[in-house]
Amino acid sequence: MTQEISPHRRKGWMSLLATAEEGRLDALFEGLDDTPTHDWLRVPETGGVMVRGRTGGTGAPFNLGEMTVTRCTLKIADGTVGHGYVQGRSKRQAELAAKLDAMLQTAAAPQVEERVLAPLRKERTARKDARAAKAAATKVDFFTMVRGEDG
Amino acid sequence: MYVAVKGGERAIDNAHAWLAEERRGDTSVAELSLAQIREQLKLAVNRVMAEGSLFDPDLAALAIKQSRGDLIEAIFLIRAYRTTLPRFGHSHPVETADMACDRRVSATFKDVPGGQVLGPTFDYTHRLLDFKLAAEGDLPEAPTAAPRQEPTPHVTSFLRGEDIIQTEPHSDAAPKDITREPVAFPADRATRLQTLTRGDEGFLLGMAYSTQRGYARNHAFVGELRIGTVAVEMEIPELGFAIEIGEIELTECETVNQFKGSKTEPPQFTRGYGLVFGQTERKAIAMALVDRALRWRELGEDNVGAAAQDEEFVLSHCDNIQATGFLEHIKLPHYVDFQSELELVRKLRREAETSTAQEAAE
Repeated sequence: MTQEISPHRRKGWMSLLATAEEGRLDALFEGLDDTPTHDWLRVPETGGVMVRGRTGGTGAPFNLGEMTVTRCTLKIADGTVGHGYVQGRSKRQAELAAKLDAMLQTAAAPQVEERVLAPLRKERTARKDARAAKAAATKVDFFTMVRGEDG
Repeated sequence: MYVAVKGGERAIDNAHAWLAEERRGDTSVAELSLAQIREQLKLAVNRVMAEGSLFDPDLAALAIKQSRGDLIEAIFLIRAYRTTLPRFGHSHPVETADMACDRRVSATFKDVPGGQVLGPTFDYTHRLLDFKLAAEGDLPEAPTAAPRQEPTPHVTSFLRGEDIIQTEPHSDAAPKDITREPVAFPADRATRLQTLTRGDEGFLLGMAYSTQRGYARNHAFVGELRIGTVAVEMEIPELGFAIEIGEIELTECETVNQFKGSKTEPPQFTRGYGLVFGQTERKAIAMALVDRALRWRELGEDNVGAAAQDEEFVLSHCDNIQATGFLEHIKLPHYVDFQSELELVRKLRREAETSTAQEAAE
């Protein structure tokens, strides 16, 4: 049964699934009780996405270079369609992302939220915080030398 | 001239077998894993991704292993692979103002909002060989501090407030893509930036250095250098909205250049821009300097005839794959070419000798 999903929420989980670390989706998927079978609507394929930047960070766009992305689309047993877009070349990861995207639109959503998305979110925050903490330790604290004429 | 030559198959096969053996080296030494290359030779991986024009650290590590550490060969492998990928589309322009910065320094303002964050830099090291690295050993954890919460705005935004720096006109026009259409001259700035960001680091370093030494001098300050990760968002047609499809590491450099004004522009600071995949600081700074030098026309500056101002020269020669392809092809068989040259020189020599003999006889 497909529930009404806001694009904002779906964007949130798809983004989280896209950037999961290699192997993590597999491990978390194992922890789910019931996982549906699926039919392919588009089998996993790896391609390139041209990443753009802006001149001066704020001006007109230019092409920076490509990145690898793997995508697929599937339909789980109850007819819900899921899309998977993940960074890199893992077809397995794209498949799991698509299946989880489909499940998140069904009654299985609370379980997926709790056992897959919550840990992914936590790990992502932890990863970012760990780097930010190291960066913060390298922030320069300036102090001004007292000059002679100032007494 | 190329001619189909038969023969040499056995020699080629055996050469490749030996190449594989030499690549592996002494088998009593442990083999390198791709993860080791990706994690421990990260700056080489970054260079291969930047100049290969494909962000994929695992593939870049594989290319480095396959090429025995010859980075231009590795870049060649990545470029060749890249052409086999179907293009899914393009991303929204990345928001470098929102970068999660590992490093962010400004050479122009000491007290910038967001602060001077050194990150994992070689700067201030003594450049003395560290023999401790020759032995394996555990490493103490790097110190940490409370993560910075304040935003890290671009340094140039402060100068913009005072209207003393040239602005970069905002637009959402689709840029030209040099992987889809050949570069035509004069090239627009988007074309120049795309060409420079995947250009050879050594070439751009030399070009940038030439501007510092006085060939098209434009006195650059590093307004800002930042390294970190940004989210990449792409519009997904089947969904009708954009999602984040990944995170990439980038180095961004903005130079602020002294400018006395020209026939068309008032005195102000002008800008050069560098944006490169990975932690690639030298390349990003060089790119910004060369970008600025190439902007003489739009800023109404004089063309003083310096190499770094000549966009056809810079853009046509900064690609190390084009360059090495043409350079290295001359070692391949040119037997027929050379035969005709040989015949020609022999004929000229005979004619010269005949005329000398005739002059002597007269």
